[in-house]
Amino acid sequence: MTIEFKLRVSRNDFEVEVACATDARVIALEGASGAGKTTILQGLAGLIPVAEARLVIDGRVVVDTAAGVSPPAHQRGIGFVFQDLRLFPHLTVAANIGFGARFVKSPISVDAALDLVDLNGFGTRWPRSLSGGEARRVAIARALCANPRILFLDEPLTGLDPARRDALTPYLRRLRDETHLPILLVSHDPRDMADLADVRIEVG
Amino acid sequence: MFASLSAFESEALRLSLLVSLASLTLTVPAGMAVGYLLARGRFPGKWMLEAVVNLPLVLPPVVTGLVLLLVFGVNGPVGSVLRDTFGLTLAFSWMGAALAAAVMAFPLVVRPIRLAIESIDQGLEQAASTLGAPPWSVFAHITLPLALPGLIAGVLLGFARAFGEFGATVTFAGSIPGETQTLPVAIYTSLQRAQGEPAAVRLAILSIVVSILALVASEWLNRHVTRGRSAG
Repeated sequence: MTIEFKLRVSRNDFEVEVACATDARVIALEGASGAGKTTILQGLAGLIPVAEARLVIDGRVVVDTAAGVSPPAHQRGIGFVFQDLRLFPHLTVAANIGFGARFVKSPISVDAALDLVDLNGFGTRWPRSLSGGEARRVAIARALCANPRILFLDEPLTGLDPARRDALTPYLRRLRDETHLPILLVSHDPRDMADLADVRIEVG
Repeated sequence: MFASLSAFESEALRLSLLVSLASLTLTVPAGMAVGYLLARGRFPGKWMLEAVVNLPLVLPPVVTGLVLLLVFGVNGPVGSVLRDTFGLTLAFSWMGAALAAAVMAFPLVVRPIRLAIESIDQGLEQAASTLGAPPWSVFAHITLPLALPGLIAGVLLGFARAFGEFGATVTFAGSIPGETQTLPVAIYTSLQRAQGEPAAVRLAILSIVVSILALVASEWLNRHVTRGRSAG
């Protein structure tokens, strides 16, 4: 598997530029807070205006603005797990996870996604009733269910106390080992990613 | 009491409900569009749109009615076109009363919808788009349901304002029994008659009952749509 990406964003007083080509499957972007790591994910996902963006997975072009290929966010097939999760408050856990199913060709079943994050039986719960760790696992399952080409994890372990962090890490490892999806993840804490990422890129 | 409604009373009630519900078919879709535009849009002249929308709140209702008469009256610029092309006369018809009620209620419909849309975390819409939802689906599945409490508030306020509309209605549509004599107009007409007060009081009670029913219905709806969201 080869992943190639490049991004350049420049706004008034802020500029971030990164480029990488690797045959690693799990890539970690590291750097201090404010270095623009999240901006890179958002730019590649089509959520913010960019000067240049390019993402190629195994030769398949997801986005390449230089070549005029710049599909809207909903056509990029990027599973994005946001740092602030963004679970839909008006939908149950099952409806959150299954949200993307109606839009994509071969979605993963809600039950399978729930199973992967060990949340069987949580389908009828509401997001408000979940603990921080559970909500994070729901967000991961939701991104998986839409059967993405690549998974973006934005600070997947940030804001959790050490116990919760230890509890979530196995799921991230399982995600890495069982889904065979390429993963681009972001962290400001190198310790987080030491045992998850195949390759680490310093940003900023 | 309802069993013994006179023809005059039941006619006024029927007409009031017809006029206010008809006005909602104008104000709710337009209110969604304008509310969305005001909440999200960035365009030159936005303040002007806002001012025009809110104008009926500050103008004397009779003046609004007069403006409607000048524009939509038989000889007005819009009214004459409507008459010549569709054979439609709004002034002094129930449709005119509905239009007057709609114009008066419009700012009250727009405001809660706008506030509701403004309060939606746009990050949720972004999340939906990364899950493959095209813009229209994002609106239908995320924006609209999350704005629903505001929409319900807008419908209630719009209905209540239209149901109670007097000044603009009387000016633009007159007080024709069975055509434009809504409950408020009928109350006023009753008071003009000798010993008309008991009749006016009966009509007033009728108005209060409808208003309370509307309030209860909206409260129930609101609870229904927000179930789960706010549960601990």
